[in-house]
Amino acid sequence: MATTTTTVPSAGPIAGSRSFLARLREGDEIARMITFLFAASVVLVTVLLVFELWRDSVLPRHKFGFNFFRTSVWDPVFDQFGALPFIYGTLLTATISLVIAVPLGIGAAIFLAELAPARISDTLEFFIDLLAAVPSVIYGILGVFIVIPLMRDYIQPGLKKSLGFLPLFQGPAYGFGFLTAGAVLAIMIIPYIISVSREVLLSVPRDQREAALSLGSTRWEATWKVVVPFARGGILGSIFLALARALGETIAVTMVIGNQPIIRASLFSSGYSIAAIIANELTEATSNLHYQSLIELGLVLFLLTFVLNGLARLLIVATSQRGAGMGHA
Amino acid sequence: MSPRLRWRKFVSGFMLTMTGVCALVSVSMLFFILGYLVYHGGTSISWNFFTKLPTPVGETGGGMANAIVGSGKLLLLATIFGVPIGFLGAIYLAEFSGGTTAFIVRYAADLLNGVPSIVIGIFAYSLVVLPFKHFSTLAGGFALGLIMIPITLRSTEEFLRAVPNALREASMALGASKTKTIASVIVPAAYRGILTAILLAFARVAGETAPLLFTAFGNSFWSAGWNQPTASLPAMIYTYALTPYDDWHRQAWAAGLVLLGLILIINIVARAILSRGIAVPRS
Repeated sequence: MATTTTTVPSAGPIAGSRSFLARLREGDEIARMITFLFAASVVLVTVLLVFELWRDSVLPRHKFGFNFFRTSVWDPVFDQFGALPFIYGTLLTATISLVIAVPLGIGAAIFLAELAPARISDTLEFFIDLLAAVPSVIYGILGVFIVIPLMRDYIQPGLKKSLGFLPLFQGPAYGFGFLTAGAVLAIMIIPYIISVSREVLLSVPRDQREAALSLGSTRWEATWKVVVPFARGGILGSIFLALARALGETIAVTMVIGNQPIIRASLFSSGYSIAAIIANELTEATSNLHYQSLIELGLVLFLLTFVLNGLARLLIVATSQRGAGMGHA
Repeated sequence: MSPRLRWRKFVSGFMLTMTGVCALVSVSMLFFILGYLVYHGGTSISWNFFTKLPTPVGETGGGMANAIVGSGKLLLLATIFGVPIGFLGAIYLAEFSGGTTAFIVRYAADLLNGVPSIVIGIFAYSLVVLPFKHFSTLAGGFALGLIMIPITLRSTEEFLRAVPNALREASMALGASKTKTIASVIVPAAYRGILTAILLAFARVAGETAPLLFTAFGNSFWSAGWNQPTASLPAMIYTYALTPYDDWHRQAWAAGLVLLGLILIINIVARAILSRGIAVPRS
């Protein structure tokens, strides 16, 4: 990647038809070089970011190796760093959020794409877009003052009473912890699932619905057995996008998860997440190893979201193209 | 009607109703959020909030003037840093570049766009804060600008590509140079879309908190300069909400209301410019 930024690429199709000097005189070549510098700086910054993360996490990689991900002692005093509690917290809260957000988001997307008249669908989509624009610190403050008391006083005691035989719903109900963080994350990622799934569902060719209906299926059967399977890849893509977003979410999670590096099966327990530990300790890192361990966690987060975003984009593009291709045929 | 068909019709009606409920629940979240913020924040907003410095615990009547100015400075820096790179980079992608270069730049932008904001914060911290050995407004603006780059770049490119090729050809046929064509035909034609893209990128970073924790840090007083730490609205909300003081909680709600109001208004204006075509003055 880095080498391509330094080579000047061949001239574009239209500019290429005139001599270099003529283009230089008219300023085209200059404009081209200036804009190229700006475009190249995007690549440069991205490469630099990856390089910094890699270079600044060399100490823990050498010292702990793979054990970094298998041990659960996080002790700055004795320079022992194991990332397991943070990885556990991040994955658990993201899973909880998906369990809540996926059915809700896909249901809403089906309504917007299949049932609602275009006008209502567009209006609701506008509100969904606004919901996606709400910053995470707002979710954080609502989480602290609204969701935590709600969890402590109603939801967690209720779950304990009805599902308390499961280890997931045992232990004291303090309000903050995995479940609360997962619930707040769910609200944050729903708009992403809805927007992308709606687009994908709308790209499913009309014939697919009409064929199913003409064979005598009900409206729901046509939607659930024909339209949704057709759009399956794209919907999965929207879920990956939402998951990537949930894994990297920092502020709202930090405010409600309880910030204790422990691993418990109970969803009522306090925990910690990768992003939260970085937010809390990066500026107060006591030793170089401590600082670099946090950077390595950042690298892990980066790689996770990188893979998920890449997969999501592939799935969404493939599904939309499939719809477009069938539409023309 | 056979019982089997009746059952299928019942299932269909029931499930379709459920999807409606899902949509209603999701959309109503926005109104819950707005409602709670207006309810809690509305009573705490006063003239003091916009004009006074924060007061120590126990003293009433303080405000967040320094955080409002701090956020303004950070966003100004972010725009100055992020928008030109995104905008000019997009012009290169849409008008000049060949396939491979465009692919690499686009790939890098998408990658940058997906990076969690906390990781952007780490990057700005190790690149700007550590070498200069103190937190600064500049570092915060750099971090926010980084987030603005890919959003501006990708949407600007899309709007430039949406300009019909006939316009380009007509301009060149009249003898205009490529630069002239871009500056006076293509960019004006895509003006609304580009403005929308920039506004949305601006609204997105206005609420970012995580990258500011390591860069602009925070400050209870007026920031002493561009290379000194500064307060910002999102960081103030974060800090104040986690304290045990009722008075500070009220300030946090008020700041949340101001911040969310600003972001939603920018979003609505941006979309209005694009869809209903509010007249935008062209040079």
